[in-house]
Amino acid sequence: MSVETVRWPRPKGGGAVPFSAFFWRYPWLRPLLLLTPPLVWFVVIYLASLATLLITAFWTIDPFTTQIVQAWNTLNFERILEGEAYRAIITRTFLMAALVTVTDALLAFPFAYYMARVASRRSQTLLFAAVLLPLWASYLARVYAWILILNHNGLLNWSLTSVGLPAADIGYTNTAMWVVFSYIWLPFMIIPVYAALERVPESLLEAASDLGARRWRAVRDVVLPLALPGVVAGSIFTFSLTLGDYITPILVGGAGSSFIGNVIYSNVGIANNIPFAAALAIVPVAIMAVYLLIAQRLGAFEAL
Amino acid sequence: MKFRALAALALLAVAACGGTGGNTGSTQQQPPTANIKPPDAIGAGEGQLNLIAWEGYVDKSWADAFTKQSGCKVSAKYAGSSDEMVTLMKDGGGSQYDMVSASGDADLRLIYGGDVKPMNTKLIPDWNNFQDYFKAPPYNTINGIHYGISLQWGPNTLLYNTKKFPNAPTSWSVIYDSANKGLITVPDNPIQIADAALYLSKTKPDLKITDPYELKQKQFDAAVQLLKDQRPLIKKYWALASDEITLFQNGDVMVGAAWPYQTIQLKAAKAPVDDTIPTEGATGWGDTWMLATKAPHPNCAYLWTAYVSTAKVQALQALFFGETPVNTQACAQMEALQAGSCRQYHADAPGSYFDTIKFWKTPRAECGDGSTNCIPYDQWVAAWTTIKG
Repeated sequence: MSVETVRWPRPKGGGAVPFSAFFWRYPWLRPLLLLTPPLVWFVVIYLASLATLLITAFWTIDPFTTQIVQAWNTLNFERILEGEAYRAIITRTFLMAALVTVTDALLAFPFAYYMARVASRRSQTLLFAAVLLPLWASYLARVYAWILILNHNGLLNWSLTSVGLPAADIGYTNTAMWVVFSYIWLPFMIIPVYAALERVPESLLEAASDLGARRWRAVRDVVLPLALPGVVAGSIFTFSLTLGDYITPILVGGAGSSFIGNVIYSNVGIANNIPFAAALAIVPVAIMAVYLLIAQRLGAFEAL
Repeated sequence: MKFRALAALALLAVAACGGTGGNTGSTQQQPPTANIKPPDAIGAGEGQLNLIAWEGYVDKSWADAFTKQSGCKVSAKYAGSSDEMVTLMKDGGGSQYDMVSASGDADLRLIYGGDVKPMNTKLIPDWNNFQDYFKAPPYNTINGIHYGISLQWGPNTLLYNTKKFPNAPTSWSVIYDSANKGLITVPDNPIQIADAALYLSKTKPDLKITDPYELKQKQFDAAVQLLKDQRPLIKKYWALASDEITLFQNGDVMVGAAWPYQTIQLKAAKAPVDDTIPTEGATGWGDTWMLATKAPHPNCAYLWTAYVSTAKVQALQALFFGETPVNTQACAQMEALQAGSCRQYHADAPGSYFDTIKFWKTPRAECGDGSTNCIPYDQWVAAWTTIKG
């Protein structure tokens, strides 16, 4: 058959072919056009910047002019692996992220359980507002508020001494960082756990009680396994946010409180050693990749 | 052409040596912009001036009057650290910025990065009234070529709580003393290694440290070890001046390294503190207005530099920040604004005073004696990471 046999609808006004007919002829074109902008955005902004990071990590700088020298080598990674200080900092960052995640999970679970399954509709709304309220204030304001609570003449020591207890003096220590991180990221754990708990069907709990399980047993064997993906989803937030933070260590940390982010910051800003900073930045990326792989196995992505 | 540049260079070198008398005489490596000849006269203003400055260095109280008299509209980008300044000035200011109010720890990075170019001091009438030291300090003048015009300076002082220390400590040893464990704060800045080196230059003479910014491996290791031993005694490494003020106000620390600015703020808040320069001397910072290699508004830049060098503006800025003017004639203006301030800030200090202050400069592999085995700044940064952990 020839092209002439196809009857085009009569164009209105000009000689242009209507778009709908065009898309009808090429059905794959519509999703392509729809997806191209976000796809380009994703590839250029997300993947390309990560690729650049990866490439830069294998370069070095000329210590004299601090210009980047594009000679392939693994010196930066060797420096990280051999440097005792860097290993200590990476370990500290990882352990703190893990500790904060566990703390937040323990705090968030009973809270979210109450919100999802016990509280009335009205108090549920109020609790929701209470959880989200701190997010309205700036991150910095909240961290500074904790400095005022934890420092030598702060609220904590004042309260302790006024009831006759010895002062805690945990200001500017790793303990202070643990407290502040756990506070700051708590909402990011509560919300996904709440969402997961709310989805647990009431009928399952009824069935458990019909079969003779007490309340506690039902929570342990029915609710907890079903809520686990929510906890893991929340842990992605608390873990990655702590892992990447560098402001709280500056403000509430003391001597020996540097995080990976602080070392990256000082290498970009102070030393202008971008390749080394890039190499160091790959460490949390690698940790998160492993973490997400485990989270995916535990079904966290269905709970998001 | 080349001869003319060389002749100008030689002339300038002679002029500079006559001024300081402290020049070591050895020639240093020539920065990339050394042969750019500065203008002989200031032309008509371009109507615009883009500055990178410390916050408040372009305060309305003196910047507005400048715009009125010169027609140059001033827009300032405030930087948070020396390193941010260096980053912003990349590629000679990128044809966007005209000048930067850089501190000594950034200057050599800017100069050897080719980001700033020589300036003609003859176009700054008040330059002749500067303290001799600040006409050609080693942090902005290389081989007699001026890569900027000095602005203000200040010492890094020892700040202490007067309740804990009724008598002023006479030595920096208080911040290395385990008796003050958990009560000490020092700046979170790799240049702090120089403070340790300065202390060692007096307490361990066999290390033969003469310049705390030009350290050989053995000297550098000793300074780093001193700071590593100090780490358990530190309550906090402060990043912002306001952090240190909070630490002293709340009684978290009793002694630390500071700037006069913190002392003034704390005293104004009635905190029981005072500061001193111990017998070992102190490090200090000196700020310089430097001209970007690709400055789009050079005439306005020169007009601005001449303006901020005048005694009146120097005094205004000094009192605004708690720093010291380089123009000796600013003293009378300071007294008029705030009685006693000239002496308080050492604006009337004799030349010998500047022998006790070791001003910040970027550590480089090239030592003052011509050898190239000094520890460069990137290793200072790496060492600082291991020190504070």
